[in-house]
Amino acid sequence: MTVLQKKPVSPVGHLSPEEIEQIGVELDAIRQEFLDARGESDAAYIRKVIDFQRKLELGSRAVLLASVFPPAWIVGTAGLGIAKIIENMEIGHNIMHGQWDWMRDPKIHSTTWEWDNASPSEQWKHSHNELHHTYTNVVGKDNDLGYGIMRVDEDQRWIPMYLAQPVWNFINACFFEYGIAAYDLELGKNLASEKRRKNPEFQAQYKVTLQKIRNQATKDYVVHPLLSLPTGSFLPTIAANFTANLMRNLWTHSVIMCGHFPEGVETFEKASIEGETRGDWYLRQMLGSANISGGKTMHFMTGNLSHQIEHHLFPDLPSNRYSEIAPKVKDVFQRYGLSYHEASLPKQVYSAWHKVVRLSLPNGWLADTTPANAPKQLAKLWKMTTGGPKVRRAIEARSKQEARRREATAAA
Amino acid sequence: MSTLAPPRVDRRESGRSLRDAAITRVRRLAEAAVTPLVPADVFDMINPLRSGADLRGRILSITPEAADSATLDILPGKDWAGHVPGQYVRVGVDVDGVRQWRTYSLTHGPRPDRSISITVKAIPDGVVSNHLVRRARAGQLIQLGQADGDFVLSDPMPDKLLLVTAGSGVTPVIGMLRNLFSRAVPIRGDIVLLHSALSRSEVIFGEELRRYAADGRLRLVELHTDVDGMLDVADLDSIVPDVAERTTYACGPVGLLDAIEEHHGARGLPLHIERFRTATVVTGEGGSVTFNSGTTVEADGATPILDAAEAAGVLMPSGCRMGVCFGCVLPLREGAVRDLRNGQLTIAAPGDGVIIQTCINAAAGACDIDH
Repeated sequence: MTVLQKKPVSPVGHLSPEEIEQIGVELDAIRQEFLDARGESDAAYIRKVIDFQRKLELGSRAVLLASVFPPAWIVGTAGLGIAKIIENMEIGHNIMHGQWDWMRDPKIHSTTWEWDNASPSEQWKHSHNELHHTYTNVVGKDNDLGYGIMRVDEDQRWIPMYLAQPVWNFINACFFEYGIAAYDLELGKNLASEKRRKNPEFQAQYKVTLQKIRNQATKDYVVHPLLSLPTGSFLPTIAANFTANLMRNLWTHSVIMCGHFPEGVETFEKASIEGETRGDWYLRQMLGSANISGGKTMHFMTGNLSHQIEHHLFPDLPSNRYSEIAPKVKDVFQRYGLSYHEASLPKQVYSAWHKVVRLSLPNGWLADTTPANAPKQLAKLWKMTTGGPKVRRAIEARSKQEARRREATAAA
Repeated sequence: MSTLAPPRVDRRESGRSLRDAAITRVRRLAEAAVTPLVPADVFDMINPLRSGADLRGRILSITPEAADSATLDILPGKDWAGHVPGQYVRVGVDVDGVRQWRTYSLTHGPRPDRSISITVKAIPDGVVSNHLVRRARAGQLIQLGQADGDFVLSDPMPDKLLLVTAGSGVTPVIGMLRNLFSRAVPIRGDIVLLHSALSRSEVIFGEELRRYAADGRLRLVELHTDVDGMLDVADLDSIVPDVAERTTYACGPVGLLDAIEEHHGARGLPLHIERFRTATVVTGEGGSVTFNSGTTVEADGATPILDAAEAAGVLMPSGCRMGVCFGCVLPLREGAVRDLRNGQLTIAAPGDGVIIQTCINAAAGACDIDH
């Protein structure tokens, strides 16, 4: 894959500027329809979900007070993991987007909500709502693309370090909440220089994050284990809470990878968003997101981020409405000849992981490798990994040339 | 401190401080156990009316009154600090999922069972009043403020009283009367109630007031606009010849109150008035936007408040500048704004503190922003 602007055949080449603006008008109309429709039943929905989540969490934690008994451990851990997922996805993420601000309930409001996650909501809102949702899939601007630690595009020059990116990605998945916290702090950038490290704004945010992590860890790994001490469940409860956090981390990481990573999702050049119109912005969101298909439970457990396309078009519409919005949006895609990326969770997860692995290797390496040429390919990879930049560039150039020659032969 | 003697501690005091310390420790533990929630979030699930909770009330019953009105009996939360008859209370109700705050006079009590009452008249296009009269149900929770207002009888009450009310302006006064007449030793003051309503059937609490009059507890003068025309304050002296000897309490529409104020002011007569503040905000294109610093920015109807304020040198929080990220939201204390994307008006009555996105909203009238 490559940024949309460098593709030989642009997926939006068939659209005139007027048509792109018309897409914007149509999507605005869909937005308005749901702004007008939202009301009492939506408010009742989010209150019911919050109530259910809190009861599930309290109930699971109560069961874990006796987590030394295996059935209690299993039930409590599963319940707590699910409760944490619901809190982060359908509740926290969506409230912090301002999806429920219209209710004017100070307890369910983007300005007051704090979520069950290592990253403080203030910082997450900045990096997610402001940077990711504004600059969605713009290479160099949207840090959600690879979180600044991965190679996400063929146009990024390959270096041997990227060979480890599947491992990085898996570690990031397991400890995703800390990954998010580090990422929201822009830790890599801010720790790089003395000046940035000493920046009072960074220092302040850093302290807030540490405090949040301390509070979260104290709850899960000190207070609740101590409360379960009377039944001799101190260690089992620590294990249960760790497992629940792991469940939540793996699940949220998978869902989020499916939103923008699967093959076929477009990325964009920095220069392309200069002077972007409302229609252009909508178009970028349409092409830069992918959906997960599935039933009601799937949509609920992903916080309706399975409707990633709809979410990116209308990030402030209430999540419970995305399933109704989807057919209308899909219709717009069809009428304007755009591809609506949607597949089941296993397919999208596989596709996203496949891309991570493919890009961890030099361009074209994975596609060119067959059982027959494997030894030769491995030797090439070894040379590229151990040789210097000059060796890599020479091999890259030769591979490109060979590929072009193969294409020419195939065409002839 | 230079003294070496150990401070003498009263045994009772040390017991209390130990208990305080224990309570603090338990509270800290509870906080640590439920973070990022607060213990109150958990307790609210069990008892939303408990002590220490945000003040709420449960609707016990809704009784229809005359002409599109209803009385709501409400059990307030434990922290309700009580009220004096004649005072009002702010009530927050979710209408179509949106929390709306309005102020209503307390029409009953204080009662021994702590319940309070408000009487609401459904006004045309009244979002909250229509909801409370027609759609609210017993058992529902509403948000409450503490009772407030100085439209109360002096203690001891004046020997001779004139109560002038019109329409729903009778609501604070009925609260006073019910309280007076329900006391163990009923107060036998000299009370005249002059009430103006559109017609006989429109008189809220009509039957009850007429009963009081029949029992000789007060002199009731009803003026029905359909037969008698509107109450003209010039007629006051002929309707109540001894008006000069009375202390007057008046509540009703602005026009009536202004006229009485002028009438009494000219003669130096004692007067207490209660103005129901209407929630109407003048809306238009653009307006002056005021910030906490005292800075006032003249913003036109096509410029986002964020841009107008920044151009005038106000330091504003900002983010995506396109209505997506909610990084620029600020509370609108009072005023009206228009969403530049779809023309949607958002109106904030005093005390509402509606949180608005400044990057896509333009002033649609004078705005007071809490920033």
